[in-house]
Amino acid sequence: MVTDKTRGYQVFRVINTIILTLVVIVTLYPFANIVARSLSDEFAIRAGKVNLLPVGFTLRTYEYVASDPTFWMNYRNTVVYTVVATAIAMFMTTCYAYVLSKKHLKGRKFLIGIAVFTMFFSGGLIPNYILISSLGFKDSIWAIVLPNAISVFNLLVMKAFFEGLPAELEEAAAIDGMSTYGILIRIVLPLSKAVLATMVLFYAVSFWNSWFAAFLYMSQNDLFPVTVYLRNLIAGATTGTSVGADATDMTVATNIKSVTMVLTVIPILVVYPFVQRYFVKGVMLGAVKG
Amino acid sequence: MSTTKTIDVSPETGEPGRARPGPFRAKRPPGRTWRQALRRDWQLYSLAILPLLFFLVFRYLPMIGNVIAFRKFEPGGSVLGEEWVGLRYVRMFLNDPSFWKVFWNTVIIGGLTLLFCFPTPIVLALLINELRGRRIKRFVQSVSYLPHFLSMVVVAGLVMEMLSVDGPINQLLRAVGHDPIAFLQEPGWFRTIYVSSEVWQTVGWGTIIYLAALTTIDEQLYEAARIDGAGRWRQIWHVTLPGIRPTAITLLILNIGTFMAVGFEKILLLYNPLTYPTADVISTYLYRMGIVSNSFSYAAAIGLFEAVIGLALVMGANLISRRTVGTSLW
Repeated sequence: MVTDKTRGYQVFRVINTIILTLVVIVTLYPFANIVARSLSDEFAIRAGKVNLLPVGFTLRTYEYVASDPTFWMNYRNTVVYTVVATAIAMFMTTCYAYVLSKKHLKGRKFLIGIAVFTMFFSGGLIPNYILISSLGFKDSIWAIVLPNAISVFNLLVMKAFFEGLPAELEEAAAIDGMSTYGILIRIVLPLSKAVLATMVLFYAVSFWNSWFAAFLYMSQNDLFPVTVYLRNLIAGATTGTSVGADATDMTVATNIKSVTMVLTVIPILVVYPFVQRYFVKGVMLGAVKG
Repeated sequence: MSTTKTIDVSPETGEPGRARPGPFRAKRPPGRTWRQALRRDWQLYSLAILPLLFFLVFRYLPMIGNVIAFRKFEPGGSVLGEEWVGLRYVRMFLNDPSFWKVFWNTVIIGGLTLLFCFPTPIVLALLINELRGRRIKRFVQSVSYLPHFLSMVVVAGLVMEMLSVDGPINQLLRAVGHDPIAFLQEPGWFRTIYVSSEVWQTVGWGTIIYLAALTTIDEQLYEAARIDGAGRWRQIWHVTLPGIRPTAITLLILNIGTFMAVGFEKILLLYNPLTYPTADVISTYLYRMGIVSNSFSYAAAIGLFEAVIGLALVMGANLISRRTVGTSLW
């Protein structure tokens, strides 16, 4: 490739490297900053000395947060909500995606349309709120795990995957007299481990991160997920600032905020390097049919 | 135009489980009636029951619940409201100056988001694509996806820490002799903060699709361009960009569709009464009107208006793109 050796291109490559290095730094900087804050002495933070490295290293804030029973209770809630919601979502999505992947099925277009239409038009916040309230889901796990049991995007990804599976195996099993349920469980699902793993990850991350449903429908401390715990901390901290609360309290809140954020993000950061390629695959699958 | 599409997929058009062919346009294979289809595929249809129930209850019932925009609703009373009031609530918000304030805020924030969040992934994807070496390429990609996996609460928390009086940005300001700025208390800063944090959060994830599209471009096209004497820039202009155009247009349509639904959660977390003048958007306004102040009907009317505009936008964009460049979502 002759053109690659031109001077202009060499200059471009240097600039490109610089830009992408900056992108990496800007992306990671806020994380480094909160980790440094979470490990720093409150006076150093208040003096504006903490940037990328902890100043006045201390683990006291971690001890403080870890000794709060509400924090652990809420953390446990997050785990429970995520597991239950993901299980339900996987069941519902798998069933429907499998049905939609059968091209011979009468009424298939209509069934797809029902799902896809909801991507572009939704009932909106108020009718949803009234619905969930009148179903008696307030202050219960159902308000979190049921209303988002099917993500249409995930549904289409899975459908595309099922459509790509070879039909012969299923046909042979059907000739042997296996029922549709049997085919789904014993033939299709074992062939779909990759997409199932991706879907579990998609759902688990979105439920782990969700906060608004819990914020909206739950009124008791002991039912909150950890994201709402964190939300109340940061909301409290800002109102504290605007009212002009006592400076020491404020910094303690800042400290605690950082620690809570680090603890909320850690599970995701730990699994992230191992699982991110599955996410990418999932998105690409979805892009095929989009 | 928007209504014809609605009819195709609305739930009233007929249960597929019923024995009668509905008025929708299903292509019927010759000689297959609903009775035969049901006898043959009843197990498949049975798998669809729970999911259909889900869509009916949690997606289509709320759509019907929007009738309270035209009916007087009282908390504790009937879910569908007490009595018809016609367009009273619609007239009410159309005459409400605060509504127009938040309407224009929504348009501005939505417009800025589109302006910055749509093209940046394309640029970043092109830059990453020029990197040599698999390892380094994958590293840059992995890092750039990371913010996508964070809870909105964490993103808001990070923004607050970065911008706090003792945070890194203000440390920098102090270092150059400037007074610290309470960014999140100042209406003039809100849009900048919102849009830049949005870019930070979405740009990397947005590149995935473009990078995938880039790998599908035929290497022979580049070869031919080089033989014709095209340099790097001309190759990008004449081969790379046309290669990712369908992807870009599809994403543009989707972005336009979500234009009015600007990041409700993030704004709710980041705004405060001091920044309402620039930060308050339709969705946050209707949240306060409905959930906080219990004016359910009024808020539902605003919500319906927003949803209809969203649907009209996506269909309009889709139509224009089908007519002009031949790419469309459906």
